[in-house]
Amino acid sequence: MKGNAGLARPQAVRSPGTLPRLLPADAGAGPDSLARHLARYGPSPAGLGQRQRESLIAEVARAGLTGRGGGGYPTARKLAAVAAGHAPVVVANGTEGEPASAKDKVLMTRSPQLVLDGAVLAAEMVGAREAVIVAHPAARRVMDDAVAERARARFDRVRIRVRTAADRFVAGEASAVVHWIERGVPTPIASPPRVGERGLRGAPTLVQNVETLAHVALIARYGAAWFRSVGTPAEPGSMLVTVLGAVREPVCAEIAIGTEIGQALDLAGGRSAPLQALLLGGYFGDWVSVTVAMDRPFSSAGLADLGAGTGAGVIAALPAGACGLKETARVVRYLAGESAGQCGPCRFGLAAIAGQVERLAHGRDADLLHRWLGQVDGRGGCAHPGGVVRLIRSALRVFDAELRQHAMGWCCGTTSVLPVPPGRSR
Amino acid sequence: MTAGPGPGAVRLRVDLIACDGRSLCAEALPELITLDDWGFPITSDRAVPSRLLADARETVRACPKLALWLDRG
Repeated sequence: MKGNAGLARPQAVRSPGTLPRLLPADAGAGPDSLARHLARYGPSPAGLGQRQRESLIAEVARAGLTGRGGGGYPTARKLAAVAAGHAPVVVANGTEGEPASAKDKVLMTRSPQLVLDGAVLAAEMVGAREAVIVAHPAARRVMDDAVAERARARFDRVRIRVRTAADRFVAGEASAVVHWIERGVPTPIASPPRVGERGLRGAPTLVQNVETLAHVALIARYGAAWFRSVGTPAEPGSMLVTVLGAVREPVCAEIAIGTEIGQALDLAGGRSAPLQALLLGGYFGDWVSVTVAMDRPFSSAGLADLGAGTGAGVIAALPAGACGLKETARVVRYLAGESAGQCGPCRFGLAAIAGQVERLAHGRDADLLHRWLGQVDGRGGCAHPGGVVRLIRSALRVFDAELRQHAMGWCCGTTSVLPVPPGRSR
Repeated sequence: MTAGPGPGAVRLRVDLIACDGRSLCAEALPELITLDDWGFPITSDRAVPSRLLADARETVRACPKLALWLDRG
């Protein structure tokens, strides 16, 4: 570790309360080189002994960092569990199969070295010799270049491999990521055992979202108190959000957790049309009415009584000229097609449910919808069917007035805003 | 309602990735297994009562896909 002479810039990040932490402050900049990265953040702790590993995991626990891939599980608990196993492996999950989210792609293409710092640190913290970076196709080349730069500088003691992620919705689920690396099949594997106990090649495997790892890299440098200087006491730190839909400039930005949703929309240039509702979290998330949501904090606590959460950080604005039922029907049909097809209720049930939601959107009755939502919810090898049920239930709550209008034969929605990739067959 | 001398309750579980919906289990043990509208088993979340424990074990053994098990957790 060299002295900090001449490195004035790390102070910019180190000052408590300063954002962005994870992304370069210069919005137009390309990926940070290793030299620029080190000039901005300072050196990363490396070559950790047993006591340093334990104290770093304790620091992550004090920071209160939770998984930023949508699950929200306490990161330190996962690190400690995998560290207790024999010969573990680390997987940095940059799959980002969620079509409405761009934050992991933006993070990997603009701050690849921070993601790699986090993956290497996590590997050192759990005692792994290898870290596998699973990168969305859009970020593969940047990650390769970043890894090559570190290899030339003999920067790490941990071996880093990069794999291109499968471009599918379910491919980001932890066991599906392991299945993909090992067999080239991007579908979830039956659990128990969970991948933390038995994952890649049977080894205990830490599968951690790339943004979560980037936060780990900064907590290791600046500590828990610094991390907690933004956010709320219960949900500390910052998070990346993707703001899209009826906004002037759709954007991926970093906010303090608990930032008012209206302020997050302002980061995207504000609304581009009158709004009626927001989709929060992602396609496993929830619709909320715009009248109640705009001044709410974007945090689990701030959204709990609306039945919503922060999920993977998606904030999608639905204009008044769109139909929430049609939007939901399109997304549900897409998600039904994204079923891995392994479990009967998901494979057959989601397709049937998609048909029912389409009937509602066309003003027809859907007598079987509630029965089928109940039969599919919470069943199967992963969270896919439960996530779809959650989205539909929120639509039924929020678009209640539209439901009655549709039943009387009219729908005013003409535009569509939620991105849905072209259909594919299994 | 406990399940014999064991320390905890026993529950029926199904691995829906392995299951292919032959529905033998629901015929054998309708008290604890119903079928959804696509023919896949929904297992009761309540503890297996001791009077049904032998039947439950037999049903687990009879599954052609080895998709059922008794969870003692």
